Amino acid sequence: MDSFNAGAVRTESLVRHYHLGQSIIRAVDGVSLSVKKGEFAALLGASGSGKSTLMNLLAGLDHATSGSITVEGQNLATLDPNQLAQYRRHTVGMVFQSFNLVPTMTLTENVELPMRFAEVERRERDARVQEALSQVGLSGRLEHRPSEMSGGEQQRAALARALVNRPKLLLADEPTGNLDSKTGTEILDLIRKLNQTLEMTVIMVTHERALADRYADRLIFLGDGKLINETVNVAGGAR
Amino acid sequence: MKAYDLVELAGRNLREAKLRNSLTTLGIGVGVASLVAMLSLGVGLQRLATRQLGSSGLFDSIVVTSRQDFRGERRPQPEAKDAKPLDDGSRKSFTQIPNVVEVNPDIRVLGEYRFAAPGKAEESHFAMTAALPASASRSDVFEDFQGRFFSGANVPEAIIVYDFGRALLDLPDSQQRDEKLTPEQANQVLGREITFRYAERQPAGSPANAQPQEQTNFSVVHKEQKLKIVGIVSTEPYGAMRGNRGRVFIPMGLAESLNMIQPSDLRQVMQPGQGKTYIALIVRVAKSSQVLAVEDAIKKEGFTTFSILDASSNIARFFKILDFFLGIFGSLALAVASLGIINTLIMAVLERRREIGIMKAIGASNGDVKSIFFYEAGVMGLFGGSLGVALGWTIGRIINLGANYYMQRQQLRPENFWYVPWWLVGAAIGFSIVVSLLAGLYPAARAAKLDPVQALRHE
Repeated sequence: MDSFNAGAVRTESLVRHYHLGQSIIRAVDGVSLSVKKGEFAALLGASGSGKSTLMNLLAGLDHATSGSITVEGQNLATLDPNQLAQYRRHTVGMVFQSFNLVPTMTLTENVELPMRFAEVERRERDARVQEALSQVGLSGRLEHRPSEMSGGEQQRAALARALVNRPKLLLADEPTGNLDSKTGTEILDLIRKLNQTLEMTVIMVTHERALADRYADRLIFLGDGKLINETVNVAGGAR
Repeated sequence: MKAYDLVELAGRNLREAKLRNSLTTLGIGVGVASLVAMLSLGVGLQRLATRQLGSSGLFDSIVVTSRQDFRGERRPQPEAKDAKPLDDGSRKSFTQIPNVVEVNPDIRVLGEYRFAAPGKAEESHFAMTAALPASASRSDVFEDFQGRFFSGANVPEAIIVYDFGRALLDLPDSQQRDEKLTPEQANQVLGREITFRYAERQPAGSPANAQPQEQTNFSVVHKEQKLKIVGIVSTEPYGAMRGNRGRVFIPMGLAESLNMIQPSDLRQVMQPGQGKTYIALIVRVAKSSQVLAVEDAIKKEGFTTFSILDASSNIARFFKILDFFLGIFGSLALAVASLGIINTLIMAVLERRREIGIMKAIGASNGDVKSIFFYEAGVMGLFGGSLGVALGWTIGRIINLGANYYMQRQQLRPENFWYVPWWLVGAAIGFSIVVSLLAGLYPAARAAKLDPVQALRHE
């Protein structure tokens, strides 16, 4: 099996158009790409290049206008809303720029939340919460709400929440965008470590070329919704 | 998502907006309270009416007579000799009919009573005497009377009506027949002894010179029985269907043992050779709705029956209609409260758009999101319903207390107009939950339809 077919993520002629009044916005316009299992890929591009739209399509939160997305052997275009929810529960974990923790829940409750949707048995949940928290290096302030935690702690908690259902693919949308550079580096070190130790495929959206160069195995450049360039980053993969 | 997770999430979400959700729940509570107060009044009035009709003995009794005695001109005329006699055999057969509670003879004789009022010489009084079974103590007549009921079925005790008490004390007749004796007057009668003189039927041998067809097998003997007056009532208990109402009552067992001569015994003079028969038997059934079936069974045995048509079904129908309208009025407040639920949940959906987006991004299905809002509506319905039942119960109690206070001021007997049965408690809470869920349909559907990408962009 060649590397293309062994891909964890593959898109073919992927298109996502939006109607805005009379005009059509081509947010993603015929993107075909492949990310191998266990690879750390960075999606780079200026604002409005289609990075986040592509991320939402990969996460199954948005529907493609045409083309196909295959993740871990599942063609997302053929899945109904319930199957897409299942896919988000078990196949992907998401980390956002603004952390997106539920503000009314404590750290532990936030990490536990995906397991409620996945109907994980109650007695198993505590162990899995502890496991996810230790993976991201969080041990204190477990009963604190997000507003009582630092940005770094919140992003670690979000990462723990993304890991708790043991996904095969981690999608990180500007994970360091709201963090200072030191904390941002810590978070990316952590993501890279998880990528290597858990052999989890990571696709990260960023507009910071330096970070992509430092951590990603592969750099994918988008511009005006199109795939502009794709390069293998040996330096990132060597870290 | 598992039910306990849904309940937990619903509970924690409701706690996040305590004031708003408490006010909405209070609104549901007020709605349910008005429903419960209205329906409990309807149920209470129905119960009161049914109990009073039941205790009148009108609708659960069948008077059975022999066709030998009552044959109308236009009815088929069975030969008197073919008609079945109303004797101990038929009495026993009636007791075996399903739903029959008891069968008693209608013993009713004119007796002479000798009584000496305090400070006066003994005087003679004539009064219709009737026998009462122990079950007569449940008659509404005994809800408000002087003295007590018989201490046993065979004791030599008597209960009299007020106007006979007045006659014994040589007092002038009252304008109102059921006017009570004063406590002093009652004390001059209660516990006192009265002598009852009656004619006893005694078995007798045949006179030697009598022809067989002229023979009777009993003789009539003059007898006396001392009785102790134990109670004074307004009228004959269960006497509504009796033409000749009694003024003095003695226990059924005692009456049967006295073997008093009855009008039916005269038939034996005319038709010698027949054993002891009854003029009428009173058959009591468990429920008024069973009267017709029992009556049919007795008719099939060849007897004439009489009962007052079952009024309870008509009463139940009337109260069902009344309850329906009371329920509609009561539900209006709940309908208004349901608008409060819709408003609260739509507000929650708008406020929690981003949270809904997050939940969908981490694996919540549309159904999960819908269920969370549904459970929130249901929990508000449950708490609102429980609060409403408690509130409705309190309102009913206050209304009842107020009404009884007014009745007491008007010298009327207090009654329980209001009643909250367990089924109403369950139904009110259930109805509250159902109404809340219906009110939650639209907000829940709206939450479920939210586009997660849009929702995640919401600040």
